[in-house]
Amino acid sequence: MEFDKELDARNLNCPLPILRCKKGLSDMGANQTLKIMATDPGSVKDFQAFCKQTGHELLQLDDADGVFTFYIKKRADA
Amino acid sequence: MAKKLALIASKGSLDWAYPPFILASTAAALDYEVQIFFTFYGLTLLKKDLGDLKVSPLGNPAMPMPVPMPNLVQMLPGMESMATMMMKQKIADKGVASIEDLRTACLESGVKLIACQMTVDLFDFKPADFIEDIEFGGAATFFEFAGESDVNLFI
Repeated sequence: MEFDKELDARNLNCPLPILRCKKGLSDMGANQTLKIMATDPGSVKDFQAFCKQTGHELLQLDDADGVFTFYIKKRADA
Repeated sequence: MAKKLALIASKGSLDWAYPPFILASTAAALDYEVQIFFTFYGLTLLKKDLGDLKVSPLGNPAMPMPVPMPNLVQMLPGMESMATMMMKQKIADKGVASIEDLRTACLESGVKLIACQMTVDLFDFKPADFIEDIEFGGAATFFEFAGESDVNLFI
């Protein structure tokens, strides 16, 4: 999957992956895609909740050997 | 319009420092407008130096201990420092943020931190003891924001 920016939030625990994601999105353009990796098992639900509440779109979630990779498209009006 | 979160932080131990800063920084990431009102022992969390934050196993039967330890042993000199050291080690090992980092994240994302003026006076704290980006106020100041908030929590 294509993306515009990549962030590594592996080995970080709640709420750091979400905070990194928010910070990462802040200097991106509308409709750009952020790829972010995390190992916190709680991050799966948290990223879904984050996207639902902020209006960014969770395009894809991969789970490989305990590493979760999220592809998040920044919302159009942000 | 942004949702609002109002927190009261009333506790000043290392473990209880986490809930207000975790909730506030996360809410800010979710585009909430956030204020935390620090009162009584919670004021400790606004000090420049957070190195004094400690955790005590004494009188806390729920704290996980490597070996069972009666209260009489927990009260011995040095036990609190040891428990704090162990907790800090665990925090680092598990990739949990430090309180400093969470507080900085709060400030960077525009969380407003308010020190209870009455408790500052009561405990003879000096404004110079605290970090710079805070405001001072009383109960009415808290309600000005809390009254129109979507979520209010006392911690």
